[in-house]
Amino acid sequence: MATPIEAVNDFVVKFANINGSGSASANALFAKAIMRMGVPVSPRNIFPSNIQGLPTWYEVRVSEQCHLGRRGGVDLMVAMNPQTWDRDLAEIEPGGYLFYDSTKPLARAKFRDDVTVIGMPLTAICNDAYSDARQRQLFKNIIYVGALAALLDIDADEVAELIGEQYKGKEALLKPNVHALQMGRDYARANLRCPIGLRVRRANAVGNRIFIEGNNATALGCVYGGATVAAWYPITPSSSVAEAFARHCKRYRTDPDTGKARYAIVQAEDELASIGMVIGAGWNGARAFTCTSGPGISLMQEFIGLAYFAEIPAVIIDVQRGGPSTGMPTRTQQSDLLSCAYASHGDTKHPLLFPEDPKEAFEMSAQAFDLAERLQTPVFVLTDLDIGMNERLCAPLEWDDTQRYDRGKVMTRAELDQGREFGRYLDVDGDGIPFRTYPGTHPTRGAYFTRGTTKDRYARYSEAGPDYVDNMLRLLRKFETAKSLVPKPELAAAKHPARFGAIFYGSTGPAMREALASLAAQGIYVNALRVRAFPFQDEIAAFVASHNKVFVVEQNRDAQLKTLLVNDAGVNPAGLIPVLHYDGTPITARFITDAIAAQVRKLNVRPIQSGKAA
Amino acid sequence: MTYLAKPRLHHPTLPKNRRGYTRRDYEGAISTLCAGCGHDSISAALIQACFELDVEPHRVAKLSGIGCSSKTPTYFLGNSHGFNSVHGRMPSVLTGANLANRDLLYLGVSGDGDSASIGLGQFAHCMRRGVNMVYIVENNGVYGLTKGQFSATADRGSKSKRGVVNTDAAIDMAQLALQLGASFVARSFSGDKEQLVPLIKAAIEHRGAAFIDVVSPCVAFNNHAGSTKSYDYVREHNEAVNRLDVMVPRAAISAQYPPGSVRAITLHDGSTMLLHKLAADYDPGDRIRAMNYLAERQAQGQVVTGLLYAEAEPEDLHASLNTVSGPLNALGERELCPGAAALEKFNASLR
Repeated sequence: MATPIEAVNDFVVKFANINGSGSASANALFAKAIMRMGVPVSPRNIFPSNIQGLPTWYEVRVSEQCHLGRRGGVDLMVAMNPQTWDRDLAEIEPGGYLFYDSTKPLARAKFRDDVTVIGMPLTAICNDAYSDARQRQLFKNIIYVGALAALLDIDADEVAELIGEQYKGKEALLKPNVHALQMGRDYARANLRCPIGLRVRRANAVGNRIFIEGNNATALGCVYGGATVAAWYPITPSSSVAEAFARHCKRYRTDPDTGKARYAIVQAEDELASIGMVIGAGWNGARAFTCTSGPGISLMQEFIGLAYFAEIPAVIIDVQRGGPSTGMPTRTQQSDLLSCAYASHGDTKHPLLFPEDPKEAFEMSAQAFDLAERLQTPVFVLTDLDIGMNERLCAPLEWDDTQRYDRGKVMTRAELDQGREFGRYLDVDGDGIPFRTYPGTHPTRGAYFTRGTTKDRYARYSEAGPDYVDNMLRLLRKFETAKSLVPKPELAAAKHPARFGAIFYGSTGPAMREALASLAAQGIYVNALRVRAFPFQDEIAAFVASHNKVFVVEQNRDAQLKTLLVNDAGVNPAGLIPVLHYDGTPITARFITDAIAAQVRKLNVRPIQSGKAA
Repeated sequence: MTYLAKPRLHHPTLPKNRRGYTRRDYEGAISTLCAGCGHDSISAALIQACFELDVEPHRVAKLSGIGCSSKTPTYFLGNSHGFNSVHGRMPSVLTGANLANRDLLYLGVSGDGDSASIGLGQFAHCMRRGVNMVYIVENNGVYGLTKGQFSATADRGSKSKRGVVNTDAAIDMAQLALQLGASFVARSFSGDKEQLVPLIKAAIEHRGAAFIDVVSPCVAFNNHAGSTKSYDYVREHNEAVNRLDVMVPRAAISAQYPPGSVRAITLHDGSTMLLHKLAADYDPGDRIRAMNYLAERQAQGQVVTGLLYAEAEPEDLHASLNTVSGPLNALGERELCPGAAALEKFNASLR
């Protein structure tokens, strides 16, 4: 028997449940109660593409040090799903804990002898207390939350207060929920050894952080960024962006005098129509976006190319998931980089933004509208399911009221009246960005015909080779200009001079930071650069060049960021080592640590002692 | 097509409309379509309709997909913004443009390949959403730019120029538009300007999804014996159920018509539409009867033309979405951004 794990404010609890059993809200209650005790938590829903019946998990990282990525491994498994019993049991760390419904006796062989087994007859308790089948099901979840509160030393009053907030004004629901909670807590106190080796202790590590889903923050970013037209087609995991946008708009964008909407949201017939509407609106001077996932990006390809060549602002939020269309819709990946960066036929490339958490999802979504209008081109915000559909602790959202929207180069009626020369594709400032006019601006000047590439600088029809080349070179200059406008990478230098570097982006951030700390503890020092956008600034190539080897950590199979670095930043591929995690679950700190440590060992570099570079 | 450029100078006595524009101000670049193409007649009809209705050219946005018909927006309304989008997807681009600025007049120009084949889905959905627009399909039953393949509106049994017989059933765009909830549906023939111009004018006046299916023969690939979209065939089988006159408010209604044969309909902006009945039993105010009538006549090989259906009080997409009365693209930070104080409250609700 392994020694039971002892840990305060630093452990992983995983709930194995059945989809549609009402477990999600009970589990969220558990996580939030710990947060209310001042201890950071990071919960993750690992759910199937299903409404009822298939297995689902909820993994809660408890970390006073605020490591909000997945750690890897499970210290306490709350095994409520017989379907997945064996693999759930296998996931528990030696010395870990198993909490299960002991109503039906299980053969001894079904257990492990290196974990502490905690049985509670949940079904029996519910059957005694409730006669209604649905109530038995729902309250069972609350009862185990009550029991876990006692087992982990969580203040049950915090849970009760959260239930109070949740059912404010619905007294009929409030009381029985609190009762069920107390029933679970009291049973555990009377019958189980409380607390176990894993404990929550009040701390002050949450600060003023907020707890929010990335899709919600993204949607609010679109509201703050001034989006007035949204067109979308339902697809997991992005649908909740559109739904949250509708909610926020109703609240913030309803004209107080007339009750009319200062926005238009259309659920389109498919993704082709969604992007078409966004392009039509962008062409006509409104800030417009669509939200989708990989399959939607595939369907939008032709239109994205048109917008690139016709130079129409558009914002595309891609909440990435496993591909392809029938693939892993409810699993996370970073596998759309290449299909977004080079979306469409012909020579095209597009700015991409990589937020790492809800706070950045808010900021970058808002910023994307400025970029799209400044650059007159489609701009992608690449989040993923891990950021989008999980509640994450992050710094409070901020907005500077003095900042103004950058509507880009738009020639006005007054300027046209003054006789200013207008050529739709004329590079007047040398930055590759031409002026545009909104339809309806002037009776006789500034109108033009929008088409793909068969045009000259004045938007006149032309199939002449030199006109085509001239236009394509200007588009390259424009892409160069984009480098100076997109978010800069963020460098985290190791404590000691380092020969190794690591590049990462997006949702990998939290796990990466924990991995860097673990590696440093092993004497492996790595400078880390978080890439926040494409096109890449020159400092990214310089970072690679200044290290012996650079690990590129990604959540896809084909090392897509690495490909982009080699292809577009001119980075020497020999200096890059891919570290790839792509099984659909969010990357863990342990995975990154082990992969980099193994590579470092292979490179025959032996960490000797701390204080020296690996 | 001709290579002779039109002179820029106007004759000083060229008549002007109420806005001070001459007909020439509604023209565009010289057409590059084949001589005799039906589409050029439709462009001319559009020019005449806009001139006569005193439409300000720059307040029109003309959008199209891909194909011969979709090239035509270059050939009229040269002072309007135009958008040659992607094949079959004009409806979505037009919808988005309309959402951004409800104050412009949206003219969607498409063909039968563009709207009935690759773009059938988008055609359907913009009709059922009631986008305020004039949607014209220049229908010749054939793919012109790719040289003569059948389109989805080609009748079963009709013959291609190479002698191939079409075995697939035809899609009737007008019947489809009726079924999908378009609030204005008409059909005309590019060879009948007297019928077409008033229909376009009525469609422009209509505040909702207005659809006109214009049979427009392709002189290069579909104007032979055996085609059901040739000039000769359509002339022989055309059954006009009514004739329209659209009178702008200032024009006095002077013509006299025999009682009972004319119905005056007052339009949204106060102008009047005079409907001359040709088929005694045809009522363009009754969607279901109109659908039945069209289906019956189609079975008899007739091409029913005229105003097929018009809803008296149409509602458009903006009404469904309850959007503000001004253009969304004119709203600024003050109306759009909730600001830092609201954000602080939002943050507080998430702790």
